[in-house]
Amino acid sequence: MGNKITIDPITRLEGHGKIEIFLDDDGNVANAYLQIPELRGFEKFSEGRRAEEMPRITPKICGVCPTTHHMCSAKALDDLYGVEPPPAAKKIRELIYSAFMFEDHTLHFYFLGGPDFVVGPMAPAADRNILGVIQKVGLEAASEVIAIRRKTRDIITKLGGRVIHPVCGLPGGVSKGVTPEDREEFIQTAREAVEFAKFSMQLFNDIVLGNKEYVDVIVGDIYKHSTYYMGLVDENNKTNFYDGMVRVVDPEGNEFAKFKGQDYLDHIDEHVEEWSYIKFPYLKNVGWKGFVDGMDSGVYRVAPLARLNAADGMATPLAQAEYERMYEILGGKPAHNTLAFHWARLVEQMYAAERLLELAEDEEILCDHIRNIPTGTPTEGIGVIEAPRGTLYHHYKTDEKGVIQKANLIVATVNNSPAICMSVKKAAQGLIKNGEVNDGLLNMVEMAFRAYDPCMACATHSLPGETPLIVTIKDNKGDVVKVLQQNG
Amino acid sequence: MSKPKVAFYWCASCGGCEEAVVDLAEDILKVVEAVEIVLWPVALDFKRKDVEAMADGEIAVSFINGAVRTEEQLEMVELLRRKSQMVVAFGSCAHIGGIPGLANFSNRKGVFERVYHTSESTSNPSGVVPKTRVTVPEGELTLPEFFDTVNTLDQVIDVDYYLPGCAPPADLIMDAVTAILEGNLPPKGTVLASKKSLCDECDRNDSKPEKLQISELKRVHLTEVDPEKCFLAQGIICLGMVTRGGCGQRCVNANMPCRGCFGPTDEVKDFGLKAMSSIASIFNIEGEKDMSEEETQKLIDSIVDPAGLFYMYNLPSSILRRRKMED
Repeated sequence: MGNKITIDPITRLEGHGKIEIFLDDDGNVANAYLQIPELRGFEKFSEGRRAEEMPRITPKICGVCPTTHHMCSAKALDDLYGVEPPPAAKKIRELIYSAFMFEDHTLHFYFLGGPDFVVGPMAPAADRNILGVIQKVGLEAASEVIAIRRKTRDIITKLGGRVIHPVCGLPGGVSKGVTPEDREEFIQTAREAVEFAKFSMQLFNDIVLGNKEYVDVIVGDIYKHSTYYMGLVDENNKTNFYDGMVRVVDPEGNEFAKFKGQDYLDHIDEHVEEWSYIKFPYLKNVGWKGFVDGMDSGVYRVAPLARLNAADGMATPLAQAEYERMYEILGGKPAHNTLAFHWARLVEQMYAAERLLELAEDEEILCDHIRNIPTGTPTEGIGVIEAPRGTLYHHYKTDEKGVIQKANLIVATVNNSPAICMSVKKAAQGLIKNGEVNDGLLNMVEMAFRAYDPCMACATHSLPGETPLIVTIKDNKGDVVKVLQQNG
Repeated sequence: MSKPKVAFYWCASCGGCEEAVVDLAEDILKVVEAVEIVLWPVALDFKRKDVEAMADGEIAVSFINGAVRTEEQLEMVELLRRKSQMVVAFGSCAHIGGIPGLANFSNRKGVFERVYHTSESTSNPSGVVPKTRVTVPEGELTLPEFFDTVNTLDQVIDVDYYLPGCAPPADLIMDAVTAILEGNLPPKGTVLASKKSLCDECDRNDSKPEKLQISELKRVHLTEVDPEKCFLAQGIICLGMVTRGGCGQRCVNANMPCRGCFGPTDEVKDFGLKAMSSIASIFNIEGEKDMSEEETQKLIDSIVDPAGLFYMYNLPSSILRRRKMED
């Protein structure tokens, strides 16, 4: 009889989850299961609701990325009512969205996944958190992290009413416009965001790329899976978060499919397992072959590295330069290195900041024509958007009064659920030998899924380690470190 | 003197309440300096066994967010209740059920049927559904039981105070924490927010006519909205009349009507009933006394999904609690 190792709950992961690793009689890994023990059933209880309430109901899927669900839902309503938002409204939505992508990526890099690299994968658990990051980068830099996150979140509060569960999205536009005073503030924040993104990239250069041991871990075989990749692209096949076509490339980087969000059902199916409440999506036209990678398996990946793999480049200059540099160092496209998701996240952080600045500087956002009132009869609408954690689909069918009859959601992280299971298993197999398990090794197993920034079924998000960070930075350095050590 | 021990826990929720705590920014310094955090699974590496090892009543206060809908959540909140002198229901879901409480319009079977069988993107020819106990080739795996009904926190354990909102705003969180630390607390069962309704606090209140009267109901997405004027006066359903104030008019600030995340004021027994009667009372249609039954029905039909609208945040805590199911 073999042994079972349980990591429960997974820390520094946004949501509930546990990993069960089974060892065989020799103490080697037989299999590893990532289980999601939660389900809330939004698809069911959305039935019967007013369509226009969906942008206010679906953000409750996730309090960390409510802006994603809000915008995706508003886009699904545009499609449902056949109404195009005026140019200013589209830009305002994308401005809010760029601010959101920036602050969310910042959260992940500095608080969740980043500590693994910045502090070091084999460092003691007590140091592998934001405190360890502070020690490495300095308090002043860390307080910058807090400040820029708050400023970018303030943009969402101002335009969306609230940053946790914004409410401004309507079919055909937004409920609130931008004032000239707001715009000045947004421009200032966006400039700071660009500078901050440069700083993050430099930090990654110095601490991670400058350290051969870390680079070896990134490019090493235990964190590698050759899969398909999916992401939204604009008309030039550049990465876009808010809009565009869904592009899928195969494990060799060739375009496998390019489709409108509205056609997602022609391309994606979901598989069900008895041992998890999460479902496992795959490319319908390749098929479900189980938890395996390669050209013949329908398993695909989404989120930062997948988006960059699926695109031909970035639409802004600084992000494009970083994009080129990343692939040069990784040895070309597509990059299959799971840990490079962290790197790609920083390239995207740069793009989000640059795009935020472009939109804030655009005078059209001041235009007061921010809504087109729908006139069509609703029947069916599909919205697609790039969430920080991958491609998100909202699909609604209604009666003629706009009452939801059916709702179907493929939530960002869910797309990655088969690959996350595979990555955990592969890392466990590569690291745990002959029954030897220590804390550092288990952390390296956890690193396999933290790279995805997973937010399981968008079940129950959380913010590991962030609160103590704020304390530390602001005022009482020594004391607060003590509190955290005491608690951690 | 030792610092009071504080626990944070989350059940069926979205993580927004955790974000709300994080958004306290530098204010949280005051909190962390004054207390010892003994459980916060999302932030700190404490396990259930650490809580089990504590003496009953050892934790000064537990803040619990999220509704209760799985076995695991129920066990955890019962444990925290035993170990805590005080329990605060934090946020709409723990307080009144919240948006996940809308699942009480269905049940476990309905949710499973939709999610694992009929969903357009699901391919499940052999009808697999997740099970609480599964044997895989290497051993056994377990999942917590998923209940039919979403419960508010006070439906499963005794609750001392309520912090309303989806999510609770920073100032109310800080007020509550300060009151607890100073021992300056109102009677047990108090909702720690305004006593007034949102309407009474609303910036648009001045635009509300002396006698509010409407003759038709409009839907916000099909209507040009005047950003200065009372929503009800524009014929758009806003639930601010019934909803407790203190939220800072967050939705109204974005030019959108209230949906009641703060729950009812103290005087209101059932949020949805009160909201419906309030709307009915401001209807004034010429010749309404002579309206035929058919015309009346048409008027009623103009309120789409009344149950989902008036009970959007509070179904589990309402007199309806849930839809009656066949099985």
